Amino acid sequence: MSGSLFTQDARTKARNAAERRFRTYGLGAIILALLALVWLLISIFSAGLPAFRQTFITFPVKLEESVIDKAGNRDPAAMAKVTTVGYGKLLATALEAEIAAKGIDLAGVPPKEITDLISQESAATLRNMVLADPALIGTTVQFRAIASGRIDGYYKGRVTMESAALDKNTSPEKLRLADNLKAAGLLATSFNLGFLTMPDASDKRPEAAGLGIAIAGSFMMMVVVLVLSLPIGVAASIYLEEFAPKNWFTDLIEVNIANLAAVPSIVYGILGLAIFINFAGLPQSAPIVGGLVLTLMTLPRIIIPTRAALKAVPPSIRDAALGVGASRLQTVFHHVLPLAMPGILTGMIIGLAQALGETAPLLLIGMVAFVRDFPGGLFDPAAALPVQVYNWTQRGDPGFVERASGAIIVLLIFLIIMNTAAIILRRKFERRW
Amino acid sequence: MSTGLLTLIILALATFGMVAGRARAVASAGGDIRRLHSLPTFYGRFAALLAAVPAFLLVIVWLLAQPVFIENRALSLISPADIPQGSSDTLVMSDVRRIAGGLDQLAARGADLAPLVTDAPALKAALNAAGVALQNEPAPSVIAAAQALRAMQSTSRLIMTGVALVLAVAGLGWGLSRVRPEFRARNATESFSMWLLIGCSLVAVLTTVGIVASLVFETAHFFRLYPAKDFFFSTTWNPQFRGGSSLGIWPLVWGTLYVSAIALVVAVPVGLMSAVYLAEYASKKTRSWVKPAIEILAGIPTIVYGLFALITVGPLLRDWIAQPAGLGDSSSSVMTAGLVMGIMVIPFVSSLSDDIINAVPQSLRDGSLGLGATPSETVRQVVLPAALPGIVGAVLLAASRAIGETMIVVMGAGAAAKLSLNPFEAMTTVTVKIVSQLTGDTEFASPETLVAFALGLTLFTLTLGLNILALYIVRKYREQYE
Repeated sequence: MSGSLFTQDARTKARNAAERRFRTYGLGAIILALLALVWLLISIFSAGLPAFRQTFITFPVKLEESVIDKAGNRDPAAMAKVTTVGYGKLLATALEAEIAAKGIDLAGVPPKEITDLISQESAATLRNMVLADPALIGTTVQFRAIASGRIDGYYKGRVTMESAALDKNTSPEKLRLADNLKAAGLLATSFNLGFLTMPDASDKRPEAAGLGIAIAGSFMMMVVVLVLSLPIGVAASIYLEEFAPKNWFTDLIEVNIANLAAVPSIVYGILGLAIFINFAGLPQSAPIVGGLVLTLMTLPRIIIPTRAALKAVPPSIRDAALGVGASRLQTVFHHVLPLAMPGILTGMIIGLAQALGETAPLLLIGMVAFVRDFPGGLFDPAAALPVQVYNWTQRGDPGFVERASGAIIVLLIFLIIMNTAAIILRRKFERRW
Repeated sequence: MSTGLLTLIILALATFGMVAGRARAVASAGGDIRRLHSLPTFYGRFAALLAAVPAFLLVIVWLLAQPVFIENRALSLISPADIPQGSSDTLVMSDVRRIAGGLDQLAARGADLAPLVTDAPALKAALNAAGVALQNEPAPSVIAAAQALRAMQSTSRLIMTGVALVLAVAGLGWGLSRVRPEFRARNATESFSMWLLIGCSLVAVLTTVGIVASLVFETAHFFRLYPAKDFFFSTTWNPQFRGGSSLGIWPLVWGTLYVSAIALVVAVPVGLMSAVYLAEYASKKTRSWVKPAIEILAGIPTIVYGLFALITVGPLLRDWIAQPAGLGDSSSSVMTAGLVMGIMVIPFVSSLSDDIINAVPQSLRDGSLGLGATPSETVRQVVLPAALPGIVGAVLLAASRAIGETMIVVMGAGAAAKLSLNPFEAMTTVTVKIVSQLTGDTEFASPETLVAFALGLTLFTLTLGLNILALYIVRKYREQYE
């Protein structure tokens, strides 16, 4: 069995083959993990990007005084009595007239059903526009109406002639009419700013659903989390890292923090429901409660990196400060804390990013409620970005899947911005001692 | 006076204390600050802290404790006859609270309340107009309780404002009166600040106390309404909101463990092999971008994974595997949730294992390689056995993560509680049921709602146990090589 060094014997060959296999498994595992990441992102982005574009139908609408303001005295109370039904009729006649004027082929759609092409939300938009500016009454305005969900879906490939034939909300004729409108330049697809600014819409109107309130609510909660958890987290870290004597009490606190960081987030939701809503009587769905719950959840996750940042400041800094007569508190606040600040802020931003994406605890404190009015303060009902995503996935209309994925893209963009800021902060200011 | 205004006044007093304390200190030293024990600002800070901190603490404690005391008094006003059949104290109290809130709104608009409180139908109409929807006309004693609640709230608010202001002014006065050149203002301020720091670090302990208290308290409440024996030993889960539910935990525990097991089967080999490759084979350059890339998976919110399970993985598994094989036709299934959760857990396994493998002393590798072992033999026969306890710890942490995960299972696993072996069937987990029993309008008197707290306690105990065990193992292991 004596081979030469130049020809490998069977056993060496087998061992080398095993070596290569092992390496391939390792490489394969990494590739698998990265592929999963790419697959996840591609699937979300391809489903969500269409939410940022929206089909609009633009046509002139004559705001008849006889319909909107019968008395003709511009009394806001009397005008507010005209419901969206009245405005809907106005839109229907205007669109019908425009189609007739332009000589567009109706493609077999009964004139009565032309109005199905535009979203029911448009009437409300028009109403708000008139109530905000009564001077418009009697004039003719060029109105950009949101196309209905099915028509919008047709231009995004979600609705086809075949599916429309089976759908009682639309018909192939209506899609053909939409094509005719497009050819005549009435119908066009453009950037959907409303997705970022409008409030949520009801179950039947995915085309009008927006993230305005969700973004506002999430922003308010993040402000609460920042305002509460930065001072409390930094103060707790300073005490534990710089002053705490080594005894059972500080051990208790340390064990507590380590375990709290690993408690499932839904448990914090139960805590919020039991303590803040049932016991303290704070309102449901309010950003203040969401902010408090997320603060409690984020605190241990902030304390851990903050302590690491404080620990990274070399003892020589402390010795020097103490040596020239500073007190222990002055040493920390004048010297150690400023030097640890970049690390603390990095940890803070990452903690905030985690809080921004957290959903489960918010479900329990009532953030799933349907909210149409922008919150005026921390105690008003609001939505939150990740909860809005969940909400939309629970609805029947397939248009909401696109909206939910679009909302995820918005959420991911916020997270990317925050994490990039954290990385830049770390690269730029972190000092290695 | 609103809380905001009160806050501003207290802050103004504190600012005044800051300036006045400083000025007094300088004046008391005759303008020569060398005669003072501390720098003049410390005297100012001392007065400011005394003015602000006790007053704020009082306001916070008062606001938290007020509802409990007041609502008990209001509840005692409601005659038992006015609590409808099948309803409970808590439901009636929430009505009282809403009526009181509605009356406040009406009063703020300048409505005359006197005729309304004696006339239930008119009150209901007025409240509905104000946006407070009531189901039925409130009974007289309920209205009386609401009125009493309002009265007590405003008195309590008034007393709180008064006491807080007195406290602030007294603190300010005392702080200023102690300003003398020999007063050790710096030491006093610093020990005060130190107590604030200690107070902040107690928040973590209070959170734990809050979690445990709320879970244990409501769970005890649940077991008074529903026998513990049925909860722990029954194998059916079938909540009925009209009563007579069976609330056995086993189908939920089974679903949770099944999903977590699939997640671990996906995550452990992938995570461990990538950790081995990164630690032992990869060049520094590859490592520097692959490691953060895998860790992105840990930074993605779980709702994103939930949506991924719902719109991509679920339908894919159903159309390509479950339906052709005749295993089921539900897109939400244990497999969907487990697979997606597995992807989520990969970075937890890989990061921790990577750290642990790197902590294995190089001398062990050198010894093995020196004897002629190939790198893979070294990994399999020397490095991994040496790192095994730590890796077990990492896997346990990942398991606790998987068990507590909510959004992926809510959106991917389904809602049907069953004990089945088929991974392509929809099953449900503990976390899903906590969400479904507590979402929406809930009242806290029925076992169907309170069971969520018992489930929460089970979940908390399970994950806490796993975490403590994992941390213990990891720590023990680290000590071994230090």
